[in-house]
Amino acid sequence: MSRLWRASPLTYLALVVAAGLSVFPIWWMFVVASRSNDAMGQLPPPVTPGGNLGANIARLFDNTDAYFLTGLINSAVVATTVTVSVVFFSSLAGFAFAKLRFRGRNAMLLVIIATMMVPTQLGVIPLYLLMTKLHWNDRLPAVIVPVLVTGFGVFMMRQYAGQAISDELIEAARMDGCGTARIWWHVVLPALRPAAAVLGLLTFMTTWNDFLWPYAVLNDPANPTVQLSLRALSDGYYQDMSQVFTGTAIATLPLLLVFVLFGRQIIGGIMEGAVKA
Amino acid sequence: MTVQLDARPPATPATGNPRQSSGRLSRFDTRFSPYLYIAPFFLIFGVFGAYPLAYTFWVSLHDWDLLGADHPFVGAENYTRLLADTDFWHALVNTLGIFVISTVPQLLAALWLANLLNRGLRARTGWRMAVLVPNVTSTAAVAIVFGVLFGREFGMINWLLDLVGLDAIEWKSNRLASWVAISAMVDWRWTGYNALILLAAMQAIPRDLYEAAAIDGASRVRQFWSVTVPLLKPTIIFCTIIATIGGLQLFTEPRMFHSGTNPIRGGPLRESQTLTMYMFENAFAPHYNFGYGSAVAWLLFALIAIVAAVNVLILRRLGGGARPNARKGTTR
Repeated sequence: MSRLWRASPLTYLALVVAAGLSVFPIWWMFVVASRSNDAMGQLPPPVTPGGNLGANIARLFDNTDAYFLTGLINSAVVATTVTVSVVFFSSLAGFAFAKLRFRGRNAMLLVIIATMMVPTQLGVIPLYLLMTKLHWNDRLPAVIVPVLVTGFGVFMMRQYAGQAISDELIEAARMDGCGTARIWWHVVLPALRPAAAVLGLLTFMTTWNDFLWPYAVLNDPANPTVQLSLRALSDGYYQDMSQVFTGTAIATLPLLLVFVLFGRQIIGGIMEGAVKA
Repeated sequence: MTVQLDARPPATPATGNPRQSSGRLSRFDTRFSPYLYIAPFFLIFGVFGAYPLAYTFWVSLHDWDLLGADHPFVGAENYTRLLADTDFWHALVNTLGIFVISTVPQLLAALWLANLLNRGLRARTGWRMAVLVPNVTSTAAVAIVFGVLFGREFGMINWLLDLVGLDAIEWKSNRLASWVAISAMVDWRWTGYNALILLAAMQAIPRDLYEAAAIDGASRVRQFWSVTVPLLKPTIIFCTIIATIGGLQLFTEPRMFHSGTNPIRGGPLRESQTLTMYMFENAFAPHYNFGYGSAVAWLLFALIAIVAAVNVLILRRLGGGARPNARKGTTR
């Protein structure tokens, strides 16, 4: 970085404040999750963890209204399936759009970009009716199948494939007698790995976090995703807040874990996407 | 990031033979396999995206009760009823109000944060991760946490207000206050994300522009407003549109902010019921009126399109005069 803008102590101070505001609600979530319910009534509020986490977890998993364990398992199944599928199909379609010539290519790409603009709300009601016809209401395929491949994924892979893979490389593979499927497997997929990782991470996080559509279609309280378990917890008649916060903390934990492990790639993906957009 | 060609000796290319032997197959392959690769998207989108889209419109023209046996065609009646529905307009005002209160500070803060992050910093990645971490949390979970932070009796925000000598605020039952609380959640989640997008664009600005501005005697602040901001205009428009689409669709935050009896109404007097919540209230429990709900969905879509267009127009106007190259007409 040039010496034009070396950061002053004031910059660091401002960043400390911003970072503090960013992290505090999450930190506090874990604080309350590890204390007894008395913590909610204390002023000034406690800001250090207590020793009640185990008891709260036990209470949470014993809570027969929230089906929290089922929610966790369901969310893991849904998020994993969707992630693998989105990465797989998006890399195929992205490769086709970036590197193969075929009639109608540009028009179809335009359609895909246009689909990214449509709000989910517009589809919720008819999708619900459709799921009723398919008898998928209250079942996981209802939240998995509609997002097996997304316009965003295809577009992202197409952008990346366009610049990461040289035409000469594909031409060379063709000379050697590779069909397009083998080119995709041996040449394209390895080159797309960084973008595939970012897409996978973003997809996993979005799917794990999704609330609107599961809320509409999974009405059976005994078969929720983890976000719906949280809703059941927080709508409960009696508010056992340390139990609720234990739930929110556990529901957030996989996302934080992914972020701690792959934060650099996620940041890179977001920033790279912005420049190209 | 181009991939290197393979490192085999140049003598190897055996051009003609393998290609000729499988000539037919490969022509078939290059011609039709692309359609095979993009088919999954169009299949999934056709069934679960395009069809529902058209179907929403169809449903919105009917008196479509989930429990009813038949669904009589009523034409535009759902729409005319909706336009005379005070609860609909109330939700519309809520949605726009929350949208404005959240988006404007969010983008300004993001711009400022990006400017901070664009300096020679120690532990660069650490700071970036710290401001992005709100974005990778569970929305429902965070809305519950903020609901407690904004509690009336023991909420931390009211306690802080009390410390500086201000009266407690009824965050959940005062309309404007509930908008502010929900905006706070939205801003908390998205400011860092937008900051990173703006930061990426900032880093692409050539340094000599600033050096030239400094030689002309422009202060740091002046440089920011006269060089950085105009050059960021496309990115700012991008961020604004993304924020518009997200902001007008707001659902999880206000829904989870209100717990207890009938939370889908967004508080006892619909203080912060957004359009999406209103759609849910009508289409699903308690009313199950799919026709009416679909009409809400279409009007919401129209609203998003209108607001996005207005945004673009305003931002074009605003930035136009300040652009350094405007006179050369590079972007027209």
